[in-house]
Amino acid sequence: MKFAVPILIFVTLVIFLGFGLRRDPRLLPSPLIDRPAPAFQLMRLDEPNRPFSPTELRGTVWLLNTWASWCVSCRQEHPLLLALARSGVVPVYGLNYKDKRTDALEWLKSMGNPYILNVQDADGRVGMDYGVYGVPETYLIDKTGVIRFKQIGPLTLESIEKTILPLVRNLNS
Amino acid sequence: MPDVATIGNFSLITALIVAILQAALPLMGASQGKSTWMSAAVRLARCQFILVVIAFLSLAYCFAANDFSVLNVAQNSNSELPLNYRLAATWGSHEGSILLWILMLAFWSAAVSIFTRHLAKEVVARVLGVMGIVSVGFLIFMLVTSNPFTRLIPAPADGNDLNALLQDPGMVVHPPMLYMGYVGFSVAFAFAVAALLGNRLDASWARWSRPWTLIAWTFLTCGIALGSYWSYYVQGWGGWWFWDPVENASFMPWLAGTALIHSLVVTEKRGAFKAWTVLLAIAAFSLSLLGTFLVRSGVLISVHAFATDPKRGIVILCFLTLIIGGSLVLYAWRARQIRSGASFDAISRESLLLSNNVLLTAAAGSVLLGTVYPLIIDALNLGKLSVGPPYFNSVFVAIMSPAMFLMGIGPIAKWRKAEIPELVIRLRWALAISILAGIFIPFAVKWKPLVTLGLTLSFWIVATICFDLVSKLKSAQTKGIVQRLRTLPRNYYGMQLAHFGVAISIVGITLVTGYESQKDLLMRVGESTGVGGYVFQFQDLSGVEGPNYDAVRAGVDVFQNGKQILRMQPEVRSYHASGNELKNAAIAGGIFRDLYVTLGEPLEEGTAWTFRIQHKPFVGWIWAGAVFMALGGALACSDRRYKPAASSAARKAA
Repeated sequence: MKFAVPILIFVTLVIFLGFGLRRDPRLLPSPLIDRPAPAFQLMRLDEPNRPFSPTELRGTVWLLNTWASWCVSCRQEHPLLLALARSGVVPVYGLNYKDKRTDALEWLKSMGNPYILNVQDADGRVGMDYGVYGVPETYLIDKTGVIRFKQIGPLTLESIEKTILPLVRNLNS
Repeated sequence: MPDVATIGNFSLITALIVAILQAALPLMGASQGKSTWMSAAVRLARCQFILVVIAFLSLAYCFAANDFSVLNVAQNSNSELPLNYRLAATWGSHEGSILLWILMLAFWSAAVSIFTRHLAKEVVARVLGVMGIVSVGFLIFMLVTSNPFTRLIPAPADGNDLNALLQDPGMVVHPPMLYMGYVGFSVAFAFAVAALLGNRLDASWARWSRPWTLIAWTFLTCGIALGSYWSYYVQGWGGWWFWDPVENASFMPWLAGTALIHSLVVTEKRGAFKAWTVLLAIAAFSLSLLGTFLVRSGVLISVHAFATDPKRGIVILCFLTLIIGGSLVLYAWRARQIRSGASFDAISRESLLLSNNVLLTAAAGSVLLGTVYPLIIDALNLGKLSVGPPYFNSVFVAIMSPAMFLMGIGPIAKWRKAEIPELVIRLRWALAISILAGIFIPFAVKWKPLVTLGLTLSFWIVATICFDLVSKLKSAQTKGIVQRLRTLPRNYYGMQLAHFGVAISIVGITLVTGYESQKDLLMRVGESTGVGGYVFQFQDLSGVEGPNYDAVRAGVDVFQNGKQILRMQPEVRSYHASGNELKNAAIAGGIFRDLYVTLGEPLEEGTAWTFRIQHKPFVGWIWAGAVFMALGGALACSDRRYKPAASSAARKAA
């Protein structure tokens, strides 16, 4: 019997590893969910002398998408953002994270611009307030300025259709 | 341009077919006594090796030639990347590292086919057959989920670039070393499974496995040390071990392998612990496989963030279950029939080695527990948590301290029966010296209990080595010191050298943990600060252009007792293609201390910069100790008794 102990331990371990695989270790419960979105005032990307602050958006449900021209996964989610912006269901604002202004503008020109407007977070301070692990990340913010959802990593068709759009509908009604 | 990627892909598929044959024919031949089937094993293993080498060289060529129509090249290389890093990028990605894994396995199989000519045909056939099964699993995994030759059409104009952290000479050697060790345990595993299959678990099995295990262990020791050193100087934080899942993945097989080396000695010399030794051989390689799973499946988050894909995880998990589960079932079934050999007393070299084994296994088990604990808690829906260095450090010190103490006694105790009074008398001076040194030396700086513990153990190990060597030389029959030194076998020197290395590493770990100092501060040009008895003055700032990056370089002059002793130049590099930023720390290494300066972020419009300045006493000893351990392992392998001719002679004599 004692010779069967190793296999029993191993089987237990495999069961847990199997469960572990079905979970995403990146799905951390964000401490910011259901908390007010951190306030900021940053300069706009298109007009670097004009400031923008999220308080201007009180009363609307909106998406804040962090991105950078050097980010590869941002290219991947870009067509989805363009489609989402075209549908007009929810306005998309961009936080251009640790990027060069000319690179960012060039990127928007060649890839298409889904954003109502972009702000520049050149040193990443605002990103830090929002707990950005890495770009892209997307936040859904409600009419009272509270974060309702956070997507770490690129948006997917599934996350938009199954999570974001129903939430937007809910929050708007 | 010839279509090299297709050649590579084709040779991988052919290698899979050869591996399937290598897994099936020899094992069936051995069970049915068909000689031709068994002897096919050798040729199939060599053929597989050649095919995998072709595949590996093809991938290397694609990287060297900037063939961005290969997805793996486009994602991990860039035309600006220097050639040496383009070649290292061959194993810098997930796909490439799996190919490296397979290459190492094929290499070890080919080596087994060459160096086991003196062994019985069934044994060689079974060993190569088992290695063939492992190879089949990995080749299927690669071809199904992670083919390095997948095309990207249309090909992009340029690639994404290699992760900036990996653009370093350490990266060129670290993974091959590590994998040589990791995968090398497959040989000991294959020998153990072959012995179980053939129902022939005897001392000769242990003698055949020992040199293979020692070589693999030596490579793994180098690989882990290089990895630790690499993270020390390239990550820019000054840490040398993080208990990160990826580090643990290589450390667990090392601990099990260390236990295995010791256990094999007892099985070979005394015929004892047979079942236990087989289990350790299975465990060492299983932990290598488990490590591969943990790293490659993405079930755990690590600082070595690799791409995650659930499909990969499922395939490796199934494969892992088959290989490890299969061998453990075989073990449960066959181990009952093993009759243990000679008996021994409660105090004897056997019992000391057994305690060492239990402690090393417990250490490996607690590292495993700490590594998978977050996963278990998450699977039970109890929340998300991470197990950090505090757990590992306290558990590890508690388990390893008694093991270090036994390390001093083990080599001196007699086989079968050792007398405690005799041991106490022989070791009384070593004990006195180490306790006194441990208590009083720390007063030179500041007394701390853990420093005393670490120093006592290090002195204990070194003192017992010296006493043992001297008494062995005194009792030698020949005259003259050189002749006497020659009477002792190389594996004795290998063992003592490796133990000495452990003592050196403990000194490093103890002193750097106890006495390191660091300062994070803001400095303007011309300002200075003092850390660890040195004065650091920020002199100037300049721009530097690298081959594929731009950097800002700070010049920091270091003064000791008012005299300038050196100039350090930390950099912040910004890579063109990826936009990644890398802090390239300046490190001034020395025998008794390292100085470590990292340049941080510019503040106040670039007139002031943040710096992290660290003084790390004896940190280099950690890796120097690992070098001694590896040298000891190599020296022990080179012992005459492991030469194929010698062991076949021994077999004839027996």
